[in-house]
Amino acid sequence: MPKSIVYDHNHDGIDRRGFLECMAWVGTGVLCTLSGGVLKSYALGDVGRVAEDLAKADFSFVQLSDSHIGFSKPANPDVSATLQAAIDKVNALPTPPSLALHTGDITQLSKPEEFDTAAELLKGLRTNQIFFVPGEHDVLDGTGKAYRERHARNPTGDDWYSFNFKGVHFIGLVNVLNLTAGGLGNLGPQQLQWLERDLSNISSSTPIVVFAHIPLWSIYPAWGWGTDDSAQALSYMKRFGSVSVLNGHIHQTMLKVEGHITFHTAASTAFPQPPPATPGASPGPMTVAADQLRGLLGITQVNFVRGKHALAVTDSTLAENGSKENRL
Amino acid sequence: MKLSPKFAIFAVAMSLTITSAAATHKTVSTSDPASYVVDIRDFAFSPRTLVISVGSKVTWKNEDEEPHKLAETNHAFMSPPLDTGEGFAYEFRTVGKYEYFCTIHPHMTGEIIVESK
Repeated sequence: MPKSIVYDHNHDGIDRRGFLECMAWVGTGVLCTLSGGVLKSYALGDVGRVAEDLAKADFSFVQLSDSHIGFSKPANPDVSATLQAAIDKVNALPTPPSLALHTGDITQLSKPEEFDTAAELLKGLRTNQIFFVPGEHDVLDGTGKAYRERHARNPTGDDWYSFNFKGVHFIGLVNVLNLTAGGLGNLGPQQLQWLERDLSNISSSTPIVVFAHIPLWSIYPAWGWGTDDSAQALSYMKRFGSVSVLNGHIHQTMLKVEGHITFHTAASTAFPQPPPATPGASPGPMTVAADQLRGLLGITQVNFVRGKHALAVTDSTLAENGSKENRL
Repeated sequence: MKLSPKFAIFAVAMSLTITSAAATHKTVSTSDPASYVVDIRDFAFSPRTLVISVGSKVTWKNEDEEPHKLAETNHAFMSPPLDTGEGFAYEFRTVGKYEYFCTIHPHMTGEIIVESK
């Protein structure tokens, strides 16, 4: 039976039960729906129960993240191959997604040739348009010049932007620049002002999708997994009936619901990272057995159903079957 | 100045001792200018605090599979991105406290305390 999960009792991002349930999703295919602010998660064996809803979706989009083109260490010596596998997975969907979001760390070292390789591979993605936000690996020079030359929506101005698509308001935020000692991700006052203005023109009934690299909820600050001024940004979204926040950075899937805001992090297409607070671990690449790697990488598919304020989020791994059942 | 072989061996031994101490203790101190190594491993600087004499040189070496990039909070120094195995050296010519962090992973912080001879 589908199972509802609503947690964050301590307002610290996650509780133990929720954490364990979230971690059970890593490396599995799981489908989630959001309706009226309540999240339901389904093991893939239960997908038939909501297939009808998915068939009614007005449009769908996919999220790719953390491709780290240029990385060649033991955790994944061939990140181009796994990005290609992610693209193949998207291209095999019965209905092509209307658009794709890449939530950053496209490259490992911000090198032009890494951006070029990623762009060449992503040309093969069966979708109309790809929207990017940078990860910290894409702006290693401190300015993001190489990223901006290729992906900025507004090459002469700021990197953040918004757009409307079929009744949904999408907002791409940048939280990887001007980071300060001891701090987390950072949006900055200028971007926050822009965000407040941007949302002021949007009706409260419009579904909002926010995407940024570093999580906009506090997952594990000791590893830098959070954004210092995200609470301010989220305060502008409280009046909206449906807000979905999509992030990358932590190379594993997690979900949290807080009021009408659903937070989701995507798997990487390159390499996994350890669960937060793993004893003796650090937030870097995690080497696993070669035959397990693709089960820990993945893509996220989102279906939008008009009039229901509902987004259905499906995480699929890059493993051959990609739908290993995991009872929650 | 040309060093006698005996002194050279002593100097190397001292250098190894200092490096070894730097890797195992939180704080390292000495009164003579010298060369030091700060390891970047598991998303942390080791030692996190290093006390040195003015004129000493510190080399950071990245042992992680992730790149790191150092910046001193008052802009005294900034490294290029350091990939695995790459290093960055800086000679401290002015007495003071230098706080630095990784601009890619800002939860990583460290400090160099430079004392007069």
